[in-house]
Amino acid sequence: MVSGMPDPDRLGRREAVAALLADRPETLLVVTGLGSPSYDVHAAGDHDGNYYLWGAMGGAALVGLGLAQAQPDRQVMVITGDGEQLMGLGALATIGVAQPRNLTLAILDNEHYGETGMQASHTASVDLAAIAQACRFAEARTIRSLEEVLTLRHALSQPSAGPRLVVIKIAARNPPRSLPSRDAVHIKNRFRAHLGLEQG
Amino acid sequence: MDARLGAGQSAPAATKPDWPERLYGTLKAARIGHMSYVPDAGHTALINLLEADPAVACNVLTTEEEGIAVAAGAWLGGQRSVLLMQSSGVGNCINMLSLPAIGRFPLLMLVTMRGEWAEFNPWQVPMSRATQPSLEAIGVRVMRAEDPDELIETIDAAAALAYEADGQVAVLLGQRLLGRKTW
Repeated sequence: MVSGMPDPDRLGRREAVAALLADRPETLLVVTGLGSPSYDVHAAGDHDGNYYLWGAMGGAALVGLGLAQAQPDRQVMVITGDGEQLMGLGALATIGVAQPRNLTLAILDNEHYGETGMQASHTASVDLAAIAQACRFAEARTIRSLEEVLTLRHALSQPSAGPRLVVIKIAARNPPRSLPSRDAVHIKNRFRAHLGLEQG
Repeated sequence: MDARLGAGQSAPAATKPDWPERLYGTLKAARIGHMSYVPDAGHTALINLLEADPAVACNVLTTEEEGIAVAAGAWLGGQRSVLLMQSSGVGNCINMLSLPAIGRFPLLMLVTMRGEWAEFNPWQVPMSRATQPSLEAIGVRVMRAEDPDELIETIDAAAALAYEADGQVAVLLGQRLLGRKTW
């Protein structure tokens, strides 16, 4: 595939994220990686149980880990991109050791750095799901169809034996931006209020 | 400690320092329920105490910046987290510190110093020199402790600054407090 050219056979990112978050359980908590995943989740519907990152590249899965450990009775889903997760590959080892049963990483994989000019990333040839398997994730696979995304959505309400990682292969296209608040303090306080925690 | 000791020797009948236990008590009093670390010899006793505590979730990290993000996630979920590392790891954390800095997430880092007192490894020296200035450059408040009493008082104050005042605080544990590394 020519870098950055539309690929009609691949899922659109907005379509995939909208399907993943349709009728989301009220108890689900979502953390987004910087760039397009934050826009995709915002476009699917802003929610007090969302924490949007606008920076801290490589940190999304780990914010999810800390949150999952602090809220063991809730499911936590991290929605991020291939480039963001590649910067935090060690996180997969850390999560593999921690073995949270309520953490799912959904990697929107367009095999490109979409925010910075569509340069090719490593994931056309490097298999993130295989790395997660080697890190003892309870589930780790790559999906490509909307049907598989819907199956993942249903699985989110089921208990898991350990952490899950699903790579969702998507087209390398940038839809119009849908910008969540960039006020990290506001989003933090809104999130904690959603959980009934004191402001701080 | 006897400065003449060489490789393979340890101090004769050295008394085990009691500050790690006092430090653990101070962290518990500050309602810490979560901890992440990259191992350092100076933190060994404290790591063991926290890992033995079923009320504290502990994570071993592959690199120090992971702990900055984990601590922010724990706070989002209502838990107070502490992060342990040595000074060489501070350099790994700089960009990730954007998250607590811009989000005013409470952050308490306990940093054991290398490269500043009776150091034998020259590779520890450059990052030792850069530790405090680089933390301050990204907006982290730096406090230091050189003896056990000062350490306990400083950690107590730093925990209040972090968890009550939304501060990002690093407490540097001087290498003189930790003692000479023996082999």
